[in-house]
Amino acid sequence: MFPIFSFRHPHTHLTSSHGLRRARLLALTIVLGALTALAGCTHRQETWQLTNVTGHLPDLDFTLTGDDGRAVKGDAFKGRTSLVYFGYTHCPDVCPETMGRLMQVLGKLGPDAQKVRILFITVDPARDTAQALREYVGAFDSQHAEGLTGTDWQIESLAKRYRVTYQMEKRDPSGNYEVTHSSAVYVFDSQGHARLLATDHDTPDAIARDLRRIIEDRS
Amino acid sequence: MSIKIKTFAALSCALALSFGVASTAQAAGANAVSAKNAWVRWLPNNLPAAGYVTLVNASDKPVDLVDISSNDYGDAMLHQTVSNGSSQKMVMVDKLTVPAHGQVAIAPGGYHVMLEDAKHKIAPGDTVHLTLKFSDGETLDTPFAVKSPAQTK
Repeated sequence: MFPIFSFRHPHTHLTSSHGLRRARLLALTIVLGALTALAGCTHRQETWQLTNVTGHLPDLDFTLTGDDGRAVKGDAFKGRTSLVYFGYTHCPDVCPETMGRLMQVLGKLGPDAQKVRILFITVDPARDTAQALREYVGAFDSQHAEGLTGTDWQIESLAKRYRVTYQMEKRDPSGNYEVTHSSAVYVFDSQGHARLLATDHDTPDAIARDLRRIIEDRS
Repeated sequence: MSIKIKTFAALSCALALSFGVASTAQAAGANAVSAKNAWVRWLPNNLPAAGYVTLVNASDKPVDLVDISSNDYGDAMLHQTVSNGSSQKMVMVDKLTVPAHGQVAIAPGGYHVMLEDAKHKIAPGDTVHLTLKFSDGETLDTPFAVKSPAQTK
């Protein structure tokens, strides 16, 4: 139904080809477009502000390493609404901006924020250790946010599962590198079902409004 | 006696006024571009941080921001976040034009000053200084307020 992405191993980034990357981005755009179109078919009494992906993406299911260094499974987050964001800590603009917006969303939710968890899953496991992630998410909100890392294979297969694209860029002379990645936030309900997709065009108000409905939805 | 005092007072007032006018005029003449709302989004672990600022050009000619340096960071570079469909990447920017009688915002999701290799411990609440160099040969030493990442704006 959806095109499956081929992910090259992150360490092969030096041989990166623009054509391939562009093709992959195009594929993701098509997927997002298709998801939006499909979302239109599922008729509900009230429309969502965010993109409705209910029934079109797999449930929250993974085995990763938590920011306390322990193995953690997707099941552990059932019972709460999960906001899943794929990012990396050496990302000065988009990732902290997205996390900052999610902080605003939590502020708008008030006491309901207790029913929400933000999962920051790194797409740069080589640099983002559990400890680094713990300090990173702690700088935002250690109460509601948790950092997750894993092996290259764990991260790649999870990204593939949710059709997240990421690509290591060329290293600079000091060995630093950036990661091109998609910045969508996935919303999973308390049962672990994928429900909504928020992009950087969605305002904190819109995200908070839809989240409240997901939190209240006990069905 | 009282007249003398009044004259003296008037004189010193005039003097103060003229100094005030002169220094204002000099400031306006020295820099076409001024900076406002300058802040840095701090990140822990010495991670690269982003600096944001709005540049205002009061002159009738466009002026380019051509270089950024700082005594607080080993590396300060202007970057732009470029959106390509649903994913984003950063690209280096050589110059940024501030339009005549206009302004340009270096703001989240658009441009940012990437700040790396802090030369000393920097924490939220601190002020760091960036030197902005422009195409008209002027430089602007700008204080940036360092903020926690949980604080947006």
